[in-house]
Amino acid sequence: MSDTNVQRRQFLKTSVGATAVAIAPGMLLFDMAHGKSEAVSSKMRWGMLIDTTNCADGCNDCVKACNKENGLSGGLSPTDSQWIRKVELKDMRSGRAVSLPMMCQHCAEPPCVDVCPTGASFKRADGIVLVDKHTCIGCRYCMMACPYKARSFVHEPLHDQKPDVPRGKGTVESCTLCVHRVDKGQQPACAEACPNKSILFGNLNDPESEIAKKIRTVASTQIRADLGLDTGIRYQGI
Amino acid sequence: MKVFLLSLLLAITPAWATDSFAPKLDIGKGGKCVEEPQWMRKNHMQVLLQQRDETVHLGIRDGKYSLKVCIECHASTKDDSVLGRADSFCEGCHRYEAVKIDCFECHSSKRHLSLVQDASLAQKESK
Amino acid sequence: MQTNSFNRNEQRYFYMLVAAGMLVLLMGLFAVHAMEEHGHIITGMNNQIVWGMPHVFAIFMIVAASGVLNVASIGSVFGKPMYKARAPLASLLSIALLAGGLSVLMLDLGRPERVIVAATHFNFTSVFAWNVVLYSGMFAAVGIYLWTMMEQRMNPWSKPVGLFVFAWRFILTTGTGLIFAFLVARQAYGSALLAPMFIVISFTWGLAVFHVVQSAIYAWNGKTHTPEIVKRMKNLLGIFIIGALYLVATYHLTNLYFAHQSGFERFILKDGGIYPQLLWWGYGLFGNLVPLILIFHPKLGNARSALAASLLVIIGGFALLYVFIIGGQAYPLNIFPGYEASSSFGDGQIGLYSPSLPEFLLGFGGLAIAFLITLIGVRALNFMPHDKPHVAAAGATD
Repeated sequence: MSDTNVQRRQFLKTSVGATAVAIAPGMLLFDMAHGKSEAVSSKMRWGMLIDTTNCADGCNDCVKACNKENGLSGGLSPTDSQWIRKVELKDMRSGRAVSLPMMCQHCAEPPCVDVCPTGASFKRADGIVLVDKHTCIGCRYCMMACPYKARSFVHEPLHDQKPDVPRGKGTVESCTLCVHRVDKGQQPACAEACPNKSILFGNLNDPESEIAKKIRTVASTQIRADLGLDTGIRYQGI
Repeated sequence: MKVFLLSLLLAITPAWATDSFAPKLDIGKGGKCVEEPQWMRKNHMQVLLQQRDETVHLGIRDGKYSLKVCIECHASTKDDSVLGRADSFCEGCHRYEAVKIDCFECHSSKRHLSLVQDASLAQKESK
Repeated sequence: MQTNSFNRNEQRYFYMLVAAGMLVLLMGLFAVHAMEEHGHIITGMNNQIVWGMPHVFAIFMIVAASGVLNVASIGSVFGKPMYKARAPLASLLSIALLAGGLSVLMLDLGRPERVIVAATHFNFTSVFAWNVVLYSGMFAAVGIYLWTMMEQRMNPWSKPVGLFVFAWRFILTTGTGLIFAFLVARQAYGSALLAPMFIVISFTWGLAVFHVVQSAIYAWNGKTHTPEIVKRMKNLLGIFIIGALYLVATYHLTNLYFAHQSGFERFILKDGGIYPQLLWWGYGLFGNLVPLILIFHPKLGNARSALAASLLVIIGGFALLYVFIIGGQAYPLNIFPGYEASSSFGDGQIGLYSPSLPEFLLGFGGLAIAFLITLIGVRALNFMPHDKPHVAAAGATD
């Protein structure tokens, strides 16, 4: 093999490599802009870290943002859906008061998925727990099984749903972690709306992500950690 | 009698597109979209079903057979809807074929960004 | 004269009963239609009490359906001739109750028209999904069992099939208990004790239902109970009542012993308003104490008091289930141990529930299905218990 040949090969290799490096970010951006055509993968584990020390008592902005984004009525009767709610806590010994948003905890081992007879309750590869309303028969067993009371049953016929958030009478629903936004590369509505930036959203599986770094450095808890469900939503300050 | 009914059935089915009884639809944008219209008439339910499972379970949201995309193009320009009138894109055919649609109890039947002329809106408001 | 006029009009009475059953069934269907139209908003159920009155009816019928087969099992598996004569009627009742209970459960779904999805999409980790298999298997098994008993040529098979049914219904009631036993997060449920508790309870309710139906059939045909048979069946019922009471008491005692469950027990046993009332008066007094007196008091214990005891056991059963299912959900989930919680979604608050008319109509509709199947079954085929004379006489000795 002659020297020129080797040189030519080397040149081709370098230029192909350079082109790839040049194009790749553009391709990535293109993918982001158009939603991804690839299936979600378990390389991601979406989660949240909620800083309750920053969460203002009486502030309801995350709840309002959720209702608006997902087309919920915002009604508070026992038959109305509430995907996220503010819970006011008082330590029974010390009397310390804590305020925090409560929603589907997106467990790695979700009891709702275990009990669902049709498999309508399911966990996506990226850790988001959802209800496939096409196969939900409305038995409400998942609501019985959920330790966090995260789920609501649609008690009435609905109209004018959001195009991205289909909801319907006779099926069970809960926080989707704004899956339609996450798939577009955006944050969940509540995280975006929080005036104190108390809700940090990110990929728990990426050690370099902001959320993973913070979880490594500050003390955080999972609610009902004793159940061993490995929740995707973590809390700081309780 | 049976033979008569059968022949009637045979006569109607292939003549669909040119049938004078066929519904005249108010389609926002007609013609070939993702597939030939005749093919879509036959197969839209299968592709929608496939797309729905991919979207819900795998998070694939840019499939060309998405229900949302259908509605964006084909909803009426009068009311932005595929539902509600005898000539609506979905309801027109489904009424004609007497097939129940199970999509819109949950899914929005409206175009996301309205195409209805502002003028007509203003007219309505002034009334 | 009385009986003569009854005999003359017997046919008419039969059709009147069928019509009455149909009417109740129709009202149940009307409730189903209304729930389809308006959604579950017209029921008393909500996001806190997700299972309500229909589930009380449905679970009573399903549990009793399994328990009533006990009568057949004692005959086939343990070879007691007195019970063998009653096995066909027990099997018919089992099918009838199962059909009634499952119909209620199914029609209460948010999307009853999708029930076929439960068969095509099957999640193997779900106890509910196992139960779908167990219930449909039960129908088939009891159907075959009936066939082996009613068709002479199949008679040799009735013992092995009876044994199979015996095992199947044990698993079935275990499955029903496990629906609740696997709910780890709820204070009221999540106990392994629930499976055996449901099994023994099923014996009690099943025998009580059987006794009521048998008494009705006897009266209809102008037959009187043989005192020996009444005595044996009522004593068995008494033993089952004590057994069930023991397990219910154990379940509450273990809860009392677990420190973090004592709040729930205080609610159910003392402070919970309607729930302790129903538990102590409904289940305790009328469902246990009075029936036990009726059964075991030396001056009582005849056919009439045995019937009264059976009816009371059934009423007590409904009271117990109401407390178990609805009271169990009304007590708030302890999501934040050590904290007092409050929110717009009922955190830390007792859930409110008042059953609505459509729920009752649906429940009674299910009972009507069971009633109609039994009524027509008994009329069309020979389900009347035929005791051989020596069996009745020997009843007390074996």
